[in-house]
Amino acid sequence: MTNFLLLPIILPFLTAILLMFAPKNIIYQRTLTMIGLIITTGCSLALIQIVHTSGIQVVTFGNWPAPFGISMVADMVAVLLITTSVIITLFTVVYSFKSIGIAREKFFYYPGVLLMLTGVNGAFMTGDIFNLFVFFEVLLMASYLLSVIGGEKKQLRESMKYILVNVVSSALFVITVALLYSVVGTLNMADISVKIAEINQPGIITTIGILFLVVFGLKAAIFPLFFWLPSSYAAPPVPVLALFGALLTKVGVYAIMRTYTLFFVHDIGYTHMILLVLSVLTILAGCIGALSTFNVKNIIIYNIVIAVGVILFGVAQMNDTSMIGAMYYLVHDMLIKAALFFLVGIMIFLTGTENLRKMGGMMRSYPSLAWTYLIAAFGLAGIPPLSGFIGKMLIVKGGFEADHIWSSIWILLSSLVVLLSVIRIFIYGFWGEEKRLVAVEKRQGYWRLYIPATILVAITVFYGVGAEWIMPYMRDAADVLLNPSVYTDAVLKE
Amino acid sequence: MKMNNVILKTTTQVVFFIIFLFSIHIFLAGHFAPGGGFVGGLLTASALVLLLLTYDLKTVKNLLPINYMTLTAVGLLLALGTASLSAFFGEAFFMHYFDHFNIPLLGDTELHTAMIFDLGVYFVVVGVTMIIIQSIGGDE
Repeated sequence: MTNFLLLPIILPFLTAILLMFAPKNIIYQRTLTMIGLIITTGCSLALIQIVHTSGIQVVTFGNWPAPFGISMVADMVAVLLITTSVIITLFTVVYSFKSIGIAREKFFYYPGVLLMLTGVNGAFMTGDIFNLFVFFEVLLMASYLLSVIGGEKKQLRESMKYILVNVVSSALFVITVALLYSVVGTLNMADISVKIAEINQPGIITTIGILFLVVFGLKAAIFPLFFWLPSSYAAPPVPVLALFGALLTKVGVYAIMRTYTLFFVHDIGYTHMILLVLSVLTILAGCIGALSTFNVKNIIIYNIVIAVGVILFGVAQMNDTSMIGAMYYLVHDMLIKAALFFLVGIMIFLTGTENLRKMGGMMRSYPSLAWTYLIAAFGLAGIPPLSGFIGKMLIVKGGFEADHIWSSIWILLSSLVVLLSVIRIFIYGFWGEEKRLVAVEKRQGYWRLYIPATILVAITVFYGVGAEWIMPYMRDAADVLLNPSVYTDAVLKE
Repeated sequence: MKMNNVILKTTTQVVFFIIFLFSIHIFLAGHFAPGGGFVGGLLTASALVLLLLTYDLKTVKNLLPINYMTLTAVGLLLALGTASLSAFFGEAFFMHYFDHFNIPLLGDTELHTAMIFDLGVYFVVVGVTMIIIQSIGGDE
């Protein structure tokens, strides 16, 4: 059972390979994808329990001793994020059955989704900085396929930008890893952490820390580096958008979290202050964007940027309260963003337009959709019993504890903007006179989109209401993040 | 106007096999000398590209009826299978095994499971290169 922790990476990969044998057989593609994902979900849920009861799981490939082989480390942070990713992918696949279209399904859509999941899970679990790069490339390659698949004009234009930005940031990633390797002489993350502690973070390491912030900031879309995100996320179809919005930027956020809690912890006054300022500016930029547009997709897309800012604000505090908050909010945000994209996708499916001004009065024909959307919107904004509340509350509380009064108040104010932006969709889309809907026969099978979306919203509600059960896991995760020695001891077996 | 490229065709018929054998040699040499699955795969693909340059897509497809997508998938399966082999014995993932065998003609030979992983890499490289070239070259 030493290799059990690898199953969330291997199973999607194996499924993707098997799917490549019969790309044109849609029944084969769908059933195999579902089987693979359901088994993966079971394994990752079991993995949470294993990590919770018996501590961090580590396997080093080929039985090499730790700093010399590639380690895979399943700590609570990684396992929680992996489970969330797998669950979201599962629902996205169910949602795709109706919405993605036969042509795309025949052209390696499901292998693309599964390979992206492989990359995402690998990036969450790896304990080796260059292996992190490789898994980043795995997920990016798959995301290139998903963003261009279908070949609409808009997709072609936007995926060019997307690929260009990511190629540049990947090149910068390699350069930064090379720089780090030339200073510490190791690639194993636990070993890097120990070596940096030994030399007590000289200026060059701080420089590398900022370079990592630029690299991962490009992936995670933080303030000056988010420019590529709104247009390139708006191009692909809704299920792909939901996957991107829920998973891709969060891998960047995770990488910042990991490097800024494991490596660069000896000059917090400089590195984490920059992270703090950038996260506040990210929230500002996201708020402006979310209020600026009447395109339903774009409103939610700008909310991704806001959430990235909020999570990184929590990370920048480096205290117990806000780290738990950041972990809680990260998982919440992945789930709720996927759910919101699903719901917005249903609205687009019913009305045939993305423009909010052209929608209206859907409450009359689709009341259940309206209430589901309202719950999801309140969850996003952080209305108390729902899932957005506890995370943000802990983040802000941590901010006050660390004496960042004004920026914490700013986080609270941003919640109002978030609420305003999503409620605008509700008011324009569901209230008022009933405006145009597409022809009835085109609305057939609406429930096949509605069910996965509703289940996902129900999961977020449970995640908020059941905070009492979830907190111990979050506490484990924050514990690993705040005490690098827990991580390094588990990997290096000292 | 149809060009009669008999010199090219005759040369290709000889050179193809030389390149192909050389690629196999490079592939097998990988453990102790420069080479391995990646270069070997590229060389094999280049031999196939030479065939494509000399004849057309259709002739080569008739000559070697290989579905390169399946070849790529088989290569990935081989690589993943070799890597997970050790997991079935309760060892860490990606462990590889080797032993010495006495093979007639070759004598004492060291055989590794890493070789099978490399074979997977070889298949993937050949498959991907040929998919790229055929789909750019074809005009469907």
